Amino acid sequence: MRALCWEGKRNVRVENVPDPKILNSRDAIVRITSTAICGSDLHLYNGFVPSMEKGDILGHEFMGEVVEVGRAVKNLAVGDRVVVPFPIACGSCAMCSRDLFSLCENSNPNSWMASKLWGHSPAGIFGYSHLTGGYAGGQAEYARVPFADVGPLKVPESMPDDQALFLSDIFPTGYMGAEMCDISAGDVIAVWGAGPVGQFAIASAKLLGAERVIAIDRFPYRLRMAMERAGATDIINYEETSVLETLNELTGGRGPDACIDAVGMEAHGHAAMNAYDRAKQALMLETDRPLALREAVLACRNGGTVSVIGVYGGFIDKFPMGSVMNRSLTIKTGQCHVQRYMKPLLERIQKGEIDPSFVITHRMQLDEAPEGYDIFLNKRDGCEKVVLKT
Amino acid sequence: MTTATQDTRAGDASFAGKPLGNSGRDAGWARERETGHRSGRGDGERLARALGLFSIGLGLAQVLTPRGVTRAVGLEDDEGNRKTMLAIGLREMATGVGLLTRQHPTTFAWGRVAGDVMDLAVLGRAFRSDRTDKNRVGAATAAVLGVMVLDVIAGQKLSHSGNGVGAERRRQGGIKVKKSITINQPPEKAYSLWRNFENLPRFMAHLESVRVMDDRRSYWKAKAPLGATVEWTAEITEDLPNDLIEWRSTEDADVPNSGRVRFVPAPGGRGTEVHVELEYDPPGGVIGATIAKLFGEEPSQQVDGDLRRFKQVLEVGEVVHSDASVHRGLHPARPSAETPPLAPRYDGAPS
Ligand SMILES: NC(=O)c1ccc[n+]([C@@H]2O[C@H](COP(=O)([O-])OP(=O)(O)OC[C@H]3O[C@@H](n4cnc5c(N)ncnc54)[C@H](O)[C@@H]3O)[C@@H](O)[C@H]2O)c1
Ligand SMILES: [Zn+2]
Ligand SMILES: [Zn+2]
Repeated sequence: MRALCWEGKRNVRVENVPDPKILNSRDAIVRITSTAICGSDLHLYNGFVPSMEKGDILGHEFMGEVVEVGRAVKNLAVGDRVVVPFPIACGSCAMCSRDLFSLCENSNPNSWMASKLWGHSPAGIFGYSHLTGGYAGGQAEYARVPFADVGPLKVPESMPDDQALFLSDIFPTGYMGAEMCDISAGDVIAVWGAGPVGQFAIASAKLLGAERVIAIDRFPYRLRMAMERAGATDIINYEETSVLETLNELTGGRGPDACIDAVGMEAHGHAAMNAYDRAKQALMLETDRPLALREAVLACRNGGTVSVIGVYGGFIDKFPMGSVMNRSLTIKTGQCHVQRYMKPLLERIQKGEIDPSFVITHRMQLDEAPEGYDIFLNKRDGCEKVVLKT
Repeated sequence: MTTATQDTRAGDASFAGKPLGNSGRDAGWARERETGHRSGRGDGERLARALGLFSIGLGLAQVLTPRGVTRAVGLEDDEGNRKTMLAIGLREMATGVGLLTRQHPTTFAWGRVAGDVMDLAVLGRAFRSDRTDKNRVGAATAAVLGVMVLDVIAGQKLSHSGNGVGAERRRQGGIKVKKSITINQPPEKAYSLWRNFENLPRFMAHLESVRVMDDRRSYWKAKAPLGATVEWTAEITEDLPNDLIEWRSTEDADVPNSGRVRFVPAPGGRGTEVHVELEYDPPGGVIGATIAKLFGEEPSQQVDGDLRRFKQVLEVGEVVHSDASVHRGLHPARPSAETPPLAPRYDGAPS
């Protein structure tokens, strides 16, 4: 089959690789019809996630048709159309039984490796380094899906790929980011990052009843999408105005009730702090650049919540812990427990409350994936989200 | 591409009650051993490798642009400081290469810590000199301290995997390993999977086979470092159903050993805590154990991997594989050209 392989920093290639096979009795093989490039893939692409091997197949947002099932899979049949959640979860361990699927205790065969870096291991993830299992990803013609009796969700015939695809990751992720804010009437939510994840965090905060949602980014086309399509009430271009001052202005000096970091470890910034973080990251003295996170902490109102859905991999410096502690902030975070959200969000799509396809700006063929990575990385050509068709 | 089929490949057999130790040694079983072997050997290596890359990156910058780095960290750009930078850069690269080639990761990891101390000394000297930019030196010092934390972690991990928290050397030269895991199943299930010793090679990477001789004695074959095999007869010294099993090797053992596993109900309905303690006297005593460790046969890591697979078998019915983990050694996360055998299922597990 054809598959997009990581061959080193900023070097991905579509290659011919062997077809996947059933390795465990609860596996299914899916013929992929649509697959997307995620901001998380950019962290791998840019070489910021350790434990990548040359030849790893990338991709964790995919859907398609079941072409083979293992003998223990009873709920799926060949021909079913499914969307696949990015965390791999067994459904029966202590974490899975608490709906904490991205912390499944049985799906990461390399848990020892993750335990070394992080203390304990989270779940395995498709196409996302060897720290999270060494699973082949879904930017390919076919994928092996472990625990196919737990993760994949059948998609109604009438729903096009473009509407269902993002149930694999970014819609649930944005939704979880908003849910972690415990939104109540009158709440103001600020969202750092108007990438696809930020867009869904904004849209979800609105769905969950936020009074105002403020989008923060530097790309005018992304801020425009946040306002016109996702439902942001205000936008801040951090290259033009001071984020902290503007947020205070917009909230009568209180600060937002909750702040969502939808940027992650490769935040961009201006002036000294950015140079500091970039230098340290380049010299490998700090693994992550936490500019948006620091700002989100400082901006948040007293006693508020900082919801971190942007991905961090290792260590950060100059984290304003004093602000968190002295102002009783709550930090909530996690790789999304996608399995928890797929059904309810599918229903919201069916009811017409949201059409997730609004983020798609580029549809390309799998063979054009390397170009897709480049466009998405450099935010060229008004790029918000790239979907690859096979 | 594959079409609609039910998988009926060789090795797709339930293993409960299936005899082992002969041609019944199916490929799925062998694969688990390889997987486990890999985990056993790889402990700490990835972290060491990542640090290796960090080291080379930093070292290269120092060697190629000693002047740039000298200025970047706020030192006065004179001949002496540039030479110092060059030396530090070469040292960084040497440890980086050492970590990457994995000749002796523990030593190299601690070498990095030593290197960090040296950097701090240089920066400390700069800090006291009044010709330097204090802010920059301060930032560089903080940076080195940051990476030093990583180095210490890697050094500790690599050392601990053989003789630290998980496994400690005893005075007589024996090795003691202690590990525990919580399994979301009642003690009865965990006890009975373990008590049927012939099941153990399914998830214990280094066991080749166990043959039960009678209700107290069993015959064990295990892989030893450097391709050797060790064999022994074990006798149960204590057996409290659903609670505890204790055993020790009889006189004929190549490697005298003993072990104990306790099944303790976890609080609040969290299932069962499985606590394992193993002791053995490796040939050559501590020196033998150290050599074994250099070849990646680290007891504490082995037991950890074994327990994780034990948990998988009990909680999901089989040992879980990824595209990379079915292979021995490093393999990219992509399907294999061969058709690996299917993981066998344990029928006592929930479906
Ligand atoms: N928690 C999860 O389960 C999960 C799932 C998917 C993605 N993610 C993470 O979410 C993050 C965003 O993903 P994406 O696909 O939207 O990526 P993206 O690169 O398209 O979006 C990131 C956006 O952040 C903006 N940004 C950069 N620096 C900023 C700053 N200092 N302040 C405000 N905005 C800033 C960028 O301009 C960009 O628009 C990534 O870190 C990704 O790994 C997390
Ligand atoms: Zn994603
Ligand atoms: Zn689980």
